[in-house]
Amino acid sequence: MSAKKLDIILSNRQKSSSELIEVMQDIQGVYNYLPEEALRGVSEKLEVPLIEVFRVANFYKAFTLKPRGKHLLTVCMGTACHVRGAPKFLDEVLGQLGVQPGETTKNGEFTVETVNCLGACALGPIVALDGKYYDHMSSGKLRVLIQKVREKPGKKRKRK
Amino acid sequence: MSVAITIEALKKQAEEQKKEENKYGKIVTLCAGTGCSASGCLSVLASLRKELKNKKLTKKVKIRTTGCHGFCEQGPLMVIEPGNTFYCHIKPEDIPEIVSETLQNDKIVERLLYTDPASGKRISREKDIPFYKAQERVVLGQNKLVDPCDISDYIANGGYSALIKVLTSMKADEVIKEIKESGLRGRGGGGFSTGKKWEFCRRAEGASKYVICNADEGDPGAYMDRSVLEGNPHAIIEGMLIGAYAIGAEHGYIYVRNEYPLAVKHSKLAVQQAEEIGLLGKNVLGTDFSFDIKLARGGGAFVCGESTALMASLEGKVGEPRPKDIHTTEKGFMDLPTNLNNVETWANVPSIINKGASWFTAKGTAKSKGTKIFALTGKIRNTGLVEVPMGTSLRKIIYDIGGGSATGKRIKAVQTGGPSGGCLPEELFDLPVDFEALTEAGSMVGSGGMVVMDETTCMVDMAKYFLKFLVDESCGKCVPCRVGLSRMLEIIKDITEGRGTEEKLELLKDTAETVSIASLCALGKTAPNPVLSTIKYFRSEYDAHIKEKRCPAGVCRELIHYSIDKEKCKGCGACFKACPHGAIIKKEKTYKIDDAKCQKCGICKEACKFEAVVVK
Repeated sequence: MSAKKLDIILSNRQKSSSELIEVMQDIQGVYNYLPEEALRGVSEKLEVPLIEVFRVANFYKAFTLKPRGKHLLTVCMGTACHVRGAPKFLDEVLGQLGVQPGETTKNGEFTVETVNCLGACALGPIVALDGKYYDHMSSGKLRVLIQKVREKPGKKRKRK
Repeated sequence: MSVAITIEALKKQAEEQKKEENKYGKIVTLCAGTGCSASGCLSVLASLRKELKNKKLTKKVKIRTTGCHGFCEQGPLMVIEPGNTFYCHIKPEDIPEIVSETLQNDKIVERLLYTDPASGKRISREKDIPFYKAQERVVLGQNKLVDPCDISDYIANGGYSALIKVLTSMKADEVIKEIKESGLRGRGGGGFSTGKKWEFCRRAEGASKYVICNADEGDPGAYMDRSVLEGNPHAIIEGMLIGAYAIGAEHGYIYVRNEYPLAVKHSKLAVQQAEEIGLLGKNVLGTDFSFDIKLARGGGAFVCGESTALMASLEGKVGEPRPKDIHTTEKGFMDLPTNLNNVETWANVPSIINKGASWFTAKGTAKSKGTKIFALTGKIRNTGLVEVPMGTSLRKIIYDIGGGSATGKRIKAVQTGGPSGGCLPEELFDLPVDFEALTEAGSMVGSGGMVVMDETTCMVDMAKYFLKFLVDESCGKCVPCRVGLSRMLEIIKDITEGRGTEEKLELLKDTAETVSIASLCALGKTAPNPVLSTIKYFRSEYDAHIKEKRCPAGVCRELIHYSIDKEKCKGCGACFKACPHGAIIKKEKTYKIDDAKCQKCGICKEACKFEAVVVK
């Protein structure tokens, strides 16, 4: 991570721990994960002990210390999606990509994550690919979706 | 006096905006909430804009993109005024017809109307649709009237008039009195009197005070706060301004889930717009009252919905709750007096101030006043957001508004209150929905999630689902919750995997009670509800798992077996292609399941068009 980008994120921030989570959200917004050197920079600039920075980074589900793949596939595990059959999507993903939630495919193409609720329960089960929601999913539709992304090499991951 | 001028200017702006709107012959309201966005409303919008431009109608037809209308199942949807014409499941290619028929010639496009499944008839007006007809949409109904990205829309519809009333004619104590008399109770799950909370915070001493809007809606299966914040952020800002005035607070926070990008975007924009015209910041509308709002994005921890954990998170710490022997109204955020209410509670405040406490108390039951929004989801026909007066029966919500079962299978339960709530059986559907009645029955109103379940849902699996969720989300600070919930999950896993015994079930109940009594915060205290309520009302399902090693709903993977009925199998190979585990083998002209590889996920059953995959 370049020092300049971190400076932009940290500009106008007070030297206060209360800025910590917001700053981390911004860093993850840019890099899709929290690089170690960035966290060291944050610790220094906000004057928050590094151990506390890592504690916070580990506690919150939104943060990841590992780089994510090119595409982020998020499977909603909310109650409404669960009763409409979301658990089998994890089988589908495992079959198609060979990874469990939280893992990234070896070629770095996909990271698979679960989320507790995306808040679009009426349209469940829901799967999000790079922030775009796909409603009323079935295993078949998920298979097609994954295949479509695979067929478009070089397409960059869009930010939501 | 500068006060009057600024307030007058705001009033004038409202009038002018209204006049401006009246110049249009037609107004098309297009829902652009998260649900409709997911089902493609943005391409519908693009198509509509293009068509209006081509037909040179941009000055005659106003497009208003709004937040969620609630009937998410039918999206993308639009309402055309005058006429209240309601179109659903709109595709971009339908737009030219809508423009030429309805907008230019006042004719209705029949095929885009909503069809009532009960009567089979098409309904043209939004207000005649049973889903809407049986509701009372005090808070949610405002979504349809305003573009959340445009403050002048809110102002034109009477927005910030409650703030003006408070600033010009009410003392802080009078505001608190009004809210107390209205009987408004916290909509986030606690159900504590909002007026009393404000009063405690007003009386507390501190160098400065804070008000917080809790928009960390982590409850899976609930999304009403998301829709209100996305669709009408200024109502929350106005509510917070009024609360801050009453309490004597100068600073505010909106703590919103980062998983809700649209809510983050709209609330950020709303705060900016309010700042620009002097509704937020130093000397609000030229008065002595100053108040600012900052936005904080949550880190995706369910426990941060708990007030003390949320405040810890705002301070940049891990979201661990603390004992509440000293209330947050005395020592909250940064150890200063802090008043926290959730989104829906804040959104109710402006209407109460404008219309008076008696207007609010006229709705609801003896102890639960006003209306409440519920997220109706799961195995139900009309999924979406529903707002009804407190005290409405579950049956009315599920059958009259929700339209009953989506699949024809019998509805057997409704789960209310999320991971803190419980599952209520069909026999209790006549219960009125209010804070006390649902708590007595072993569930709770909670934030308002209602997940409907039918015969294909296993209640033991549901209890396991919630326990797993809570184990994941427990912050780990106190032992009963951290250790107790893990032990409970082990027992329930044993039951769902065929190792359950009567003794283990008793141990589960005992542990649940201990966790409930001894945990530090509401997450742990209410965590046993999903387990205890399912044992209480669905004991026969537990018995089937324990005594017969059988899952009646065919869900628990260790207790079921998949096979292919040779008679029904046509040999099409759909299951073979679909199986992600490579567990399907071709045998002569039909297919067969390899038990050693089968993970019992059910994907083959979903793929088979001939119902040849059998679960036993």
